[in-house]
Amino acid sequence: MQRFILGRKNHITLISAILIVAGFVSDLLFKNEPIAAAALIIASIIGAAPIALQAYQALRVKVVSIDVLVTMAVIGAFIIKNFEESAIVTFLFLFGAFLEQRTLNKTRSAIRELTEMAPESALRLLPSGEFEEIDVEDVEVGDILLVKTGGKIPVDGTVLSGEGSINEATITGESLPVSKEKGSTVFAGTILDNGTLQITADRVGEDTTFGRIIELVEEAQDSKSRAERFIDRFSRYYTPAVLLIGLVVWLITRDLELAITILVLGCPGALVIGVPVSNVAGIGNGARNGILLKGSEVIGDFSRLDTIVFDKTGTLTAGTPSVSEKVYYSDDTDVVLGYLAAIERESDHPLAKAVLEEIGDQPLFQVENTEVVKGGGITATVEGHRVAVGNVALMEGEGVPLSDRAKEDISRLETEGNSLVLVSLDGELKILLGIRDRIRPGVKENLSRLRRLGVRNLVMLSGDNQGTVDLVSRELGLTEAHGNMLPEDKAEYIKRLIHEKKQIVAFVGDGVNDSPSLALAQIGIAMGGGTDVAIETSDVVLMNSDFSRLPHALGLAKTTARNMRQNIFIAIGVVLFLLAGVFFSEWMNMSVGMLVHEASILVVILNGMRLLRYKLRRKPASPAQ
Amino acid sequence: MKKATIQLETLTCPSCSQKIEGATKALDGVEKESVKVLFNSSKVKLDFDEAKLTIEDIEKAITDLGYEVKKSKVK
Repeated sequence: MQRFILGRKNHITLISAILIVAGFVSDLLFKNEPIAAAALIIASIIGAAPIALQAYQALRVKVVSIDVLVTMAVIGAFIIKNFEESAIVTFLFLFGAFLEQRTLNKTRSAIRELTEMAPESALRLLPSGEFEEIDVEDVEVGDILLVKTGGKIPVDGTVLSGEGSINEATITGESLPVSKEKGSTVFAGTILDNGTLQITADRVGEDTTFGRIIELVEEAQDSKSRAERFIDRFSRYYTPAVLLIGLVVWLITRDLELAITILVLGCPGALVIGVPVSNVAGIGNGARNGILLKGSEVIGDFSRLDTIVFDKTGTLTAGTPSVSEKVYYSDDTDVVLGYLAAIERESDHPLAKAVLEEIGDQPLFQVENTEVVKGGGITATVEGHRVAVGNVALMEGEGVPLSDRAKEDISRLETEGNSLVLVSLDGELKILLGIRDRIRPGVKENLSRLRRLGVRNLVMLSGDNQGTVDLVSRELGLTEAHGNMLPEDKAEYIKRLIHEKKQIVAFVGDGVNDSPSLALAQIGIAMGGGTDVAIETSDVVLMNSDFSRLPHALGLAKTTARNMRQNIFIAIGVVLFLLAGVFFSEWMNMSVGMLVHEASILVVILNGMRLLRYKLRRKPASPAQ
Repeated sequence: MKKATIQLETLTCPSCSQKIEGATKALDGVEKESVKVLFNSSKVKLDFDEAKLTIEDIEKAITDLGYEVKKSKVK
């Protein structure tokens, strides 16, 4: 019976609407009051049934919900035989709930789209060598699975055989397909664009990266800020208080009409739903754009940001050093380049890679007596010549004289932020290479967007030498830049900003060796997503290493925070307006009160929904706030 | 202790969460601190003692309130 009634709320709403219209028509057109009254009474009773049921269940678990207020009000209206009001109030309440559900579903759509991308089935290898289709929840770690073209990767795993290209947009936000072959890692929820793969399941279900992302987003949209927890507590006492006030008013004035009007006007509707709606829509917009915002607390802090601290490597620069300049000190360098390539081929130093990339294919030489000089470089014998490859200290150790010209080049390249590689042949300097990291495209524009959004300080902390750091800093116009910093120095620096300078600090890092800083900063932003630690310790995860996500994330946080404030303002304004109406106007009654309430709920939901369409404007007319 | 994740029909009013929270916390064997009603994703997460009650008991407490349970997972 209960389920029958609650399951048919929409039908009930419709019937009640028809009855109300019929009632008014028979009253006004046909002056048939008994039929009009009957229609309104029936409308009230069937309309009140689901509300009363919900009220009863709420009371059973000791919650005084809005349903309780409305039910009492309807009973009151019955007692004073005002069937018109009781019918209209129940109808409006039900119809409002119906519209709320529809619009709420819209605001949640962004996140639902995300969860719907979760894989549902998998093809598992049977001992017979055939594959059977099973539910993705039944896949166990170690199972061998087949994925065909167009199929979804069901679990996080390793490619066992086959090759293909995968669209990993769900994990990285990057829509260019990535090619995979034996030994490659694949992620649940990504799509095999072409090819066929057999994979071994490494992580399944909620343990996969995709599963964790969904769980994070789901928890984030329901995580509550201090303000929300306050509203929650408030509403827990607020509704019983309204009930009590209604009762007191009735006892004192003996005016039942006034008392039940207060019950309806006191409904907390828009206040309890306003903030969660902004929250879910804002987080939904982020999720669609590869930005995970972990809850409304994070949104609040993020929107009041003073300082962004960057960890240089991999965030501002490309992270792959390349040769910026070559200087030759003699004419026989062709053969020296060959020797250099031969030696560097044996090294796994990052600078060696950059050197090889620059000088390209060279004839092969036999390298002998290779010796790695710690903090210096490499010495070796090639075709009977002694070759040294390394920094200035190594050259000094080798007794290689540096000409004035070379010294000049060295100091110039250093101030330009290069790491140096010097090559000597039989004690004579032959080649000087300057190697440096490039600034990633678009970083400059996006930093100025961040400034326009109200970020006052842009700081870079890096493990690189101060020369390199200064250069990048000058080029980008950063507020401060510090080099030679170890992870613990960075953490210490952030602690000082927070405690001594009282700033709200965001730290942007890749989460690999900077998790202390990610955790310390009020807002830890992990960029380039994917690593587990980053997802765990940070407050904001940018799934893509595309730098433009950062201003979008900040702009979204600010807009969402503003949206929440607007909703709170609307909700409180409406309650004050209604209360003023009771005391200072003639026309205020239950029906008008209910209408205004339901309208205000829809207004806050629609206001929240605007966040789904939020996009960062290229040039905001005025800085936010 | 087992961990349960219960997927409900779409929740639309914040007071629904209050009711469900109240009803599940009142059950003997449900870890009170662990009860989390996720309003937006319409999920209930909680820890319970499988010696004292089953997942079906918990589901029943929720359906008795008038909310449909779509799926539940126990780990």
